[in-house]
Amino acid sequence: MSNQNTIQTGNEGSFLDAGRNYIARVKGGETGSLPALLGLIILATLFAAANPIFLKPINFANLLTQTATVTTLAMGLTFVLLLGEIDLAAGVTAGLSAAFLAISMSNYGVAWPLAVVIAISLGMLIGFLIGVLVAKVGIPSFVVTLAAFLAFQGLQLVVVGKGGLIGIDAPPILAIMNTPMPIAFGWILLAVIFVLYVGSALYSRRQRTTSGQLNKPMGILVFRSLTILIVGAGFVSFLNLERGANPAVTSLKGVPYVVPIVLILLAAGTFVLNRTKFGRHVYAVGGNAEAARRAGIQVSRVRIKVFMISSSFAGIAGILMASRQASVDAAAGRSIVLNAIAAAVVGGVSLFGGRGRLSDAVIGGFVIAVIDNGLGLIGLASGLNLAITGGVLLLAATADAITSRKSRTS
Amino acid sequence: MSTETPVIELKNVKKNFGPVEVLKDVNFSVRAGEVTALVGDNGAGKSTLIKGLAGIQPYDQGTILFEGNPVELKSPRQSSDLGIDVVYQDLALCDNLDIVHNMFLGREKAHTGVLDEGAMESKAADTLTSLSVRTVKSVRQKVARLSGGQRQTVAIARAVLWNNKVVILDEPTAALGVAQTEQVLQLVRRLADSGKAVIIISHNLQDVFAVADRIYVLYLGKMTAAVKKSETSQADVVGYITGAKTQEVGV
Ligand SMILES: Nc1ncnc2c1ncn2[C@@H]1O[C@H](COP(=O)(O)OP(=O)(O)OP(=O)(O)O)[C@@H](O)[C@H]1O
Ligand SMILES: [Mg+2]
Repeated sequence: MSNQNTIQTGNEGSFLDAGRNYIARVKGGETGSLPALLGLIILATLFAAANPIFLKPINFANLLTQTATVTTLAMGLTFVLLLGEIDLAAGVTAGLSAAFLAISMSNYGVAWPLAVVIAISLGMLIGFLIGVLVAKVGIPSFVVTLAAFLAFQGLQLVVVGKGGLIGIDAPPILAIMNTPMPIAFGWILLAVIFVLYVGSALYSRRQRTTSGQLNKPMGILVFRSLTILIVGAGFVSFLNLERGANPAVTSLKGVPYVVPIVLILLAAGTFVLNRTKFGRHVYAVGGNAEAARRAGIQVSRVRIKVFMISSSFAGIAGILMASRQASVDAAAGRSIVLNAIAAAVVGGVSLFGGRGRLSDAVIGGFVIAVIDNGLGLIGLASGLNLAITGGVLLLAATADAITSRKSRTS
Repeated sequence: MSTETPVIELKNVKKNFGPVEVLKDVNFSVRAGEVTALVGDNGAGKSTLIKGLAGIQPYDQGTILFEGNPVELKSPRQSSDLGIDVVYQDLALCDNLDIVHNMFLGREKAHTGVLDEGAMESKAADTLTSLSVRTVKSVRQKVARLSGGQRQTVAIARAVLWNNKVVILDEPTAALGVAQTEQVLQLVRRLADSGKAVIIISHNLQDVFAVADRIYVLYLGKMTAAVKKSETSQADVVGYITGAKTQEVGV
């Protein structure tokens, strides 16, 4: 009577079966960031055909630094979106953090590492306040963060002074966005990523084997690690090409420092979301808050922590912003939050909560940046640029709404 | 049937909502290894009785004995610590998570902060296997993709996983078709046969007679009948439910 083998774990079958399962899931609506990835490839091909500059190393490096701030903000916002909440204040939080960074260094002579800590802590504090108002007082996050959006703009004006501009001159801060790493660092970075990925995958395979469980076909691991290796090597060698306007005077080559920073944030955030209890609870609260509550999860604590994480990411985004512009003005960060939300949603993070990954936000950030950058190169008016970005966002949100409706009614 | 002490025994339990008496001196007991059905018309007080056991809505008065010892059930915590688990009608599953995640929700296994997916996966599969569940193909399916009966199965298996002594099911078959109802009822039976005390609320007397050992009838907040299934008929129970018949409660 016992049928020990009827309940599967999804790890059965060959490499090809896994591929077929993946296609079936995509057809069933679990597309993740696949549409964004395809869109990215199509857009890049179009822009490359329209203007060869698009594919120049200098433009690619620019693209990376252009998108880093928005992408970091979007990764933080992904946590909030996973709960089905929103944070309209993330941009001004970044701006305010940037202002605190700049002022503490220039007016109070604070060393840059401490200034960085101050900027991120400010973000965390803001997140805590927003989280308490949303989770404990029960005000919708849209309203709380809209109020914060307005109030912090005012605060920024007071702190920086009307029409004011605070310069950044700490070399390490400036280096993040403006200086490439030495050539070898790019390869070391890739090697570290590869070893960590393969190592952790092999480790968890061995654990499953020792506890007598089935593993996914080895082919999947080989396929994924080769993809990382090939794509990574392509990126590194491309960024290691000379891209200075006048190499004889100043040579410019190497992976920008901001790349490992964003990758570390991506890896850490993904680990928290996928491998820890807290991460699981974030998805649970976003999927069905009542079920989470009945299961004994302290929902309001999860909410507060999520806003703290999101705003800390905003604090880091503020540092990147300050680095890129080498200064902070009174309007810093005001306009980027909408791009960041668009990035997350375009990448495949659901606005309805419970669905999305940080890598989606990164891919979405690229899409938004490529549209911006490519249209600029073609010479289209910036009005059209905004309209197209808006259209892409609407498209992504429509897909999201349809997927969510499908999974609710099935 | 068994003569040992009931797992839960309620004596003269009362509950008022303002001036309205919703439970009037109710006596109720459930035994291990049995399916106890709780029936009654809409508004009779079934859900109120269950919410008291779940600790969500404590009773105003009365005695609660758990395995013969007086206990308090003032919070969901106290009730789940005793091993009482409720599978609510709306199931409360997270659609965006898979079966394993749902079964371990809020009680995930972790090693130094890192989720132990492997251990959770095998425990979940073992539990489903032990209940002879055949309808669920893979434990890694998203719950959103499951049918009503499969969802009910997951919710019940979740209650089993935690070795609860008492499993309360609020209308587990209300939204199900014929085949799925049959499967869920078989599952309910196996649950009791494995030694748990099972309470099932249902409006469907056919289901009740298919699975229950003992039937309690609430009528306007009063326990008007407590009978063994073998000693009654559907017609009698309909009489108790509509108030046309009463029986001195003395089981
Ligand atoms: N929170 C409450 N406040 C006031 N009255 C309540 C409350 N909860 C239940 N009642 C009342 O108590 C009575 C019993 O309700 P209960 O939900 O226990 O009935 P039930 O037997 O579960 O009915 P159904 O079969 O429709 O689910 C009803 O008259 C209901 O209106
Ligand atoms: Mg009810």
